[in-house]
Amino acid sequence: MEFSELIKTATVESVLLSCAGQPAVKGTLCITSHHLLLSSCPGGEGQPSAVELWLLIRNVDAVEKRVQNVGWYQPPRSSGSPRDNRLAGSSGTITLRCKDLKVLQLEIPGMEECLNIASSIEALSSVDSVMMMYPFFHRPQSLRLEEGWPRLPVEQHFQQIATQTTQWRLSDVNQDFAVCPTYPPAVIVPAAVSEETLRRAARFRQGGRFPVLSYYHTRNGTVMLRSGQPLTGPNRKRCPEDEMLLGSVLDEGERGFIIDTRSAQTAKQARMTGGGTEPKSSYPQWKRLHRPLERGRPLQESFIKLVEACNDASLGMDRWLGRLESCRWLSHVKAALSTACLAAQCLDREESCVLVHGAEGTDTTLLVTALAQVILDPGCRTLKGFQELLEREWIQAGHPFHLRCARSAYSHARLKQEAPLFLLFLDCVWQLSRQFPFSLEFSEGLLLTLFDNAYASDYGTFLCNNEKERCLCKVKESTHSLWAWLDQPEERKKYLNPLYSPNLLVIWPSVEPQSIQLWQGLFFRWIRSSQYLDEAWAEIWRLVEGSNTAVKESTENRLSHSLSDPAARMENER
Amino acid sequence: MEHITTPKVENVKLLDRYTNRKAASGTLYLTATHLIYVDASAEVRKETWILHHHIATVEKLPLTTAGCPLLIHCKNFHVAHFVIGQERDCHEVYTSLLKLSQPVKPEELYAFSYNPKMSKDNREIGWKLIDLKVDYQRMGIPNDYWEITDLNKDYEVCNTYPPEIVVPRAASKATVIGSSRFRSRGRIPVLSYLYKENNAAICRCSQPLSGFSARCLEDEQMLQAIREANPGSPFMYVVDTRPKLNAMANRAAGKGYENEDNYDNIRFKFIGIENIHVMRNSLQKLLEVCETKSPSMSDFLTGLENSGWLRHIKAVMDASVFLAKAVKDEKASVLVHCSDGWDRTAQVCSLASLLLDPFYRTFKGFMVLIEKEWIAMGHKFSHRCGHLDGDPKEVSPVFTQFIECVWQLMQQFPCTFEFNEHFLLEIHDHVYSCQFGNFLGTCHKEREDLKIFEKTHSLWPFLLQKKQELRNPLYRGFTAYKELQPNTLPFSFQFWCGMYNRFDKGMHPKQCVLDHLLNCMNQKIKLEDNASELENKLPFLDGPLPSEASLSKVGCAASKTSMLNTPQDYEGKPPPVLTNGISVGDANVTSDVDQKNKENLANHRDLHLNDSVDVLNSEAKDGKPQHH
Repeated sequence: MEFSELIKTATVESVLLSCAGQPAVKGTLCITSHHLLLSSCPGGEGQPSAVELWLLIRNVDAVEKRVQNVGWYQPPRSSGSPRDNRLAGSSGTITLRCKDLKVLQLEIPGMEECLNIASSIEALSSVDSVMMMYPFFHRPQSLRLEEGWPRLPVEQHFQQIATQTTQWRLSDVNQDFAVCPTYPPAVIVPAAVSEETLRRAARFRQGGRFPVLSYYHTRNGTVMLRSGQPLTGPNRKRCPEDEMLLGSVLDEGERGFIIDTRSAQTAKQARMTGGGTEPKSSYPQWKRLHRPLERGRPLQESFIKLVEACNDASLGMDRWLGRLESCRWLSHVKAALSTACLAAQCLDREESCVLVHGAEGTDTTLLVTALAQVILDPGCRTLKGFQELLEREWIQAGHPFHLRCARSAYSHARLKQEAPLFLLFLDCVWQLSRQFPFSLEFSEGLLLTLFDNAYASDYGTFLCNNEKERCLCKVKESTHSLWAWLDQPEERKKYLNPLYSPNLLVIWPSVEPQSIQLWQGLFFRWIRSSQYLDEAWAEIWRLVEGSNTAVKESTENRLSHSLSDPAARMENER
Repeated sequence: MEHITTPKVENVKLLDRYTNRKAASGTLYLTATHLIYVDASAEVRKETWILHHHIATVEKLPLTTAGCPLLIHCKNFHVAHFVIGQERDCHEVYTSLLKLSQPVKPEELYAFSYNPKMSKDNREIGWKLIDLKVDYQRMGIPNDYWEITDLNKDYEVCNTYPPEIVVPRAASKATVIGSSRFRSRGRIPVLSYLYKENNAAICRCSQPLSGFSARCLEDEQMLQAIREANPGSPFMYVVDTRPKLNAMANRAAGKGYENEDNYDNIRFKFIGIENIHVMRNSLQKLLEVCETKSPSMSDFLTGLENSGWLRHIKAVMDASVFLAKAVKDEKASVLVHCSDGWDRTAQVCSLASLLLDPFYRTFKGFMVLIEKEWIAMGHKFSHRCGHLDGDPKEVSPVFTQFIECVWQLMQQFPCTFEFNEHFLLEIHDHVYSCQFGNFLGTCHKEREDLKIFEKTHSLWPFLLQKKQELRNPLYRGFTAYKELQPNTLPFSFQFWCGMYNRFDKGMHPKQCVLDHLLNCMNQKIKLEDNASELENKLPFLDGPLPSEASLSKVGCAASKTSMLNTPQDYEGKPPPVLTNGISVGDANVTSDVDQKNKENLANHRDLHLNDSVDVLNSEAKDGKPQHH
């Protein structure tokens, strides 16, 4: 396939671009294989043109077109140039609704041009082949390929754990992705369990996702595991290897908790389709807790409804609150935070081991295990630690980003497997950052960037559904890593929280409805003006940096004084 | 005090509303002014203070195995759930509190017994801190179009207006008197705010006594004079803040609204803000939602929606934005009224002024604003806040809504206010506390009759002393922002957890940005002071100082003289303790500024407690404010 086949009209002049909160600009619209550009000539002819829009076409979620054909029934006038005729005759408006929730409008002179542009964007934005996507073409000058790809994240994680316990080992049973196609080649498993046992246990778990270590709680020596659901099926099948695997985690008399992210009823019904839960009789040391979390289509619909409500400026207060309630997004945030707290509580307070799973173990499971780690572990709250957490618990762990983030909230396309689980996770982290404003090293800006990149990106980090696919597509060899980009000093600075001060404690959030807020920075990013809030952050930076320099200055002054003044030296030593 | 039969009850439990933690166990004391609960089970001495005047309702719940529950709801949204062992004790505390919380005579109000050991002179200076005339001067009044008149010096024009009012110069005495006869309770159109840039004015009054067809030439002249005082605009707005239906119903009672045909060049407009009864019920519903134990997200949002509270807040804000836009963008004067012109009118006039003029967003300006638009213009604080045993139907959270609107603005414009959320909460507390004279009575005349200015203290100097902890560290100064244009789409309004669930600490962010930034500021000031002090000790330091350092020194020296209350002023002295009805734990939240202050505060409270308990009949000694 050639991109050029999809581009019916490459450039149109005199296109008016408008988007909420910004003055409209006129310029030349240009479509390339991956981008939509609009450049204007602010200084007139001869001046370099200013690029007003540089939109990744992959970011387009929905294209809506409206053509006005004023002169449709008028016979073509013989006088006047064709261009005039075109202008008088028809024009069209294209509304682009983006995956990052931005909405743009393009007024295009000429009906045909308008329709061509619209269908080109539609075609280009729905190219589904991973290797045709922009990350495979993006070559930023400041980065070298293969730089910044996390080197063996699971292995590194294991190195840390290995310094504290010998109960766990790194297994390469999945080296060729044969045991579990959605797991990375290396996983952390109980030291006492053999590869053969793992292989057999994998056959008893959906998608081959046998229980693996997700988090090791240093102080208590307890662990959080995750897996797919057991394939007990209607005949209540058992699997001694799976039972042994889980049994080996607990000492005699010790009790562990299984947090099933489905309701008890749903879990029971899953038996009809070959799934199920761990029966008490076969796993006597494990206590099952059901904490239903929304997933799949209902979650995507919740997201769509919320965004619809946010974009509806005609709503009165009551209708707004009504729609905020009925979309249930905040209920999902509350439920996710509560469940993550429960998992964290089991590890930290009850000093017990935890196994988390839902059905596939690639969605709500990862939401809970990742969130619990942010709550528990100060290491995950640094910029670097958070990246490692995402790499480990979302990307390597096989959250199917390609499927889940194929479409965002505006798409009219029939829903397939889209679901905003990753967004829900980011929202929960934002809630944590609001309740513990000093405890996260990164700012809201990072969460927004992650959201944007999960849905459409210049980088390969969120491409594909799992490591196996990424290997096949040679993502690491042919695309740049988002982390490499973010780690550049200039970029990094943008994502830091000025108030950060490392907090070694567990951050237990409040999950009362009064404590949970709608994430305006995301859902209203393109709707409200953020000028005053940005100024407030600038002021916070100034204050915090000011107080640091004041400390420094004052110390310097004191030091210089103390050289000559004994009284000052005394004070300094006190 | 004759109402207190049982001054001390032991083995009283205090239940925690949200967590299922073990209930606290301790001793409950009744003093002349406060209910004090001392938690004996905690490792650190923890006290909960509830001012009698803050108590809205006391309920005795059915007896349980643990004892007799006593549920107290406070006007500052504190809810305390005690369990008292003996039914008899509970009953006595209950009956005492009923009487203590609903004084019958104004003399029983706290302000008349509150004695902060301040000299008479200082007390009087305190009352003179806010001078409304200065604010009119600031607006350029008197000028060619407006004058300050003492026509009302004997309250003959209007007994709920202050003696001095601002009216158009063109309005003769006859016009004023004539107009007053045509306005409900004589509340004639007077100036509230003059926008100097274009001479457009915000004026306020009560509804006209127009019935279905009545006219009044003087009233028509009055409006003409107001319109003509703004030569730049050919018309003026007349805004009725009531829903149209309510205004129409009033016509049957001989009241109503202006007929556009009878007044030259007016544009009449209704802005539907609901009446005090709707607002009271709305708050009641909101509080029920806030008190629900472990509600689901849906319960909460549905409850919030059904309470209508944020809808009302938005209506007040919308009306204020309309006023500000009319004045600034359309350059037109606006006359605002509701029924009596002391509730909704006060809300929207004061908020519009706040949107238009950065002065009102400073400490001093906000005090002026409240004195001018609320206190002087006769908002009936005594009735609306239920200071005395009276008609419960007169109680309404009109002022609370105003305070909340200001908070909503703070959320949208974090750098534009000199003060922070605690300042709003302090004011809100004291509107109900009756500890200071400002909010007693219903109007200026009544306050004179009560001898407020001779017998009580003014709140403002006490708040100014706490400026350090009440200021907004993000404030970018008086000139950084002029008019504010808030977004009034529904999502811009948030539930104010810090007010309605203020005492449920578990719900609030666990780390407080405000305190941290205040600390940063204080630390910076201190260090700079230290540095400059040391430099002063060594005036002839060899070698030039880095220019930056010397600059900051100058800036710091200047700020030191201009600010009355730098932390240094507190060295070794306890800060004035004014907040009551807040447990010490809560006080810590606002006074973390300085560890030293905190310790002093705690010591001080201990002293106070012992005083009050031992000498029940003695006057309450609530702090010893320092005067500099």
